[in-house]
Amino acid sequence: MEIYINGKPEETGPSNIHQLVDKKGLKADSLVVELNRQIIKQTQWHEVHLQDGDRLELLSFVGGG
Amino acid sequence: MEDNVLNLGGVSFGSRLFTGTGKFSSNQLIPHMLAASGSQMITVALRRIDLSSPTENILAYIPDNVTLLPNTSGARSADEAVRVARIAREAGCGNFIKIEVITDMKYLMPDNLETLKATELLAKEGFIVLPYVLPDLPLAKRLEAAGAAAVMPLGAPIGTNRGLETKAMIALLIENCNVPIIVDAGIGRPSQAAEAMEMGADAVLVNTAIATATDPVAMGEAFALAVRAGRMAYLAEVAGESPLARASSPLTGFLN
Repeated sequence: MEIYINGKPEETGPSNIHQLVDKKGLKADSLVVELNRQIIKQTQWHEVHLQDGDRLELLSFVGGG
Repeated sequence: MEDNVLNLGGVSFGSRLFTGTGKFSSNQLIPHMLAASGSQMITVALRRIDLSSPTENILAYIPDNVTLLPNTSGARSADEAVRVARIAREAGCGNFIKIEVITDMKYLMPDNLETLKATELLAKEGFIVLPYVLPDLPLAKRLEAAGAAAVMPLGAPIGTNRGLETKAMIALLIENCNVPIIVDAGIGRPSQAAEAMEMGADAVLVNTAIATATDPVAMGEAFALAVRAGRMAYLAEVAGESPLARASSPLTGFLN
């Protein structure tokens, strides 16, 4: 299936958000996840399975004024 | 001289110097700068992570006793600003939000109309809204009516360090608004922060001038002193100017 990660299409097998974050080697503590414009809290990452066409935003807080 | 404590949305701030986390050569300087400056409010931004080289978590460098002020930088419309604000709150950053909507990428001027729209929407959702705007009195009154907790006029374009180029317009806001006025952007030197406070600004927000100084920690302290001096001078009421000299010593000759 194809999902959009930060605006870019990507082929991926079945997985939940936790598995995807893990596969990408991302640190969970600094990550903010938005799926189809809904924030998914870290405690729910295990439960939310990605589906074809999903738009996933992986965000984090950075320096800014 | 008695001073009242700055209050924004029910939260009290002992320091009238707000700071930012952008442009530090190392994020490790941030907690030291905060300790030296006594700043109790600091801005952060939200961005897509770079999957090829994820950056470090900026929040890890901000002590718990400092209030986070997420900004909506990167937003090009009110809708985008609202989206960023909701994400920041959901992510645990609290209710404060600095609305920054910029459509002009040359001068980075805030889009006042989109900012007003976002303020109206976010204040209704219970955010403590601090809109960053060009100083414009009728707009500031509308922001106030829309529920803004403060108005943050720019002194000069972001990152220019040119000081209070909009001084006369900021003075109108200070004179006529009921919400606190926080001068944000353009302040490059402690003397300019003191100038803003002397004229009655309630606080200043300084990022570039501290973060890009050779010694950001010492500069943070210098700004804190300037902000205190300026505030004290405002409360003490600055003496008037005169076109002619007015002798400080008796005008009579020494032996008369």
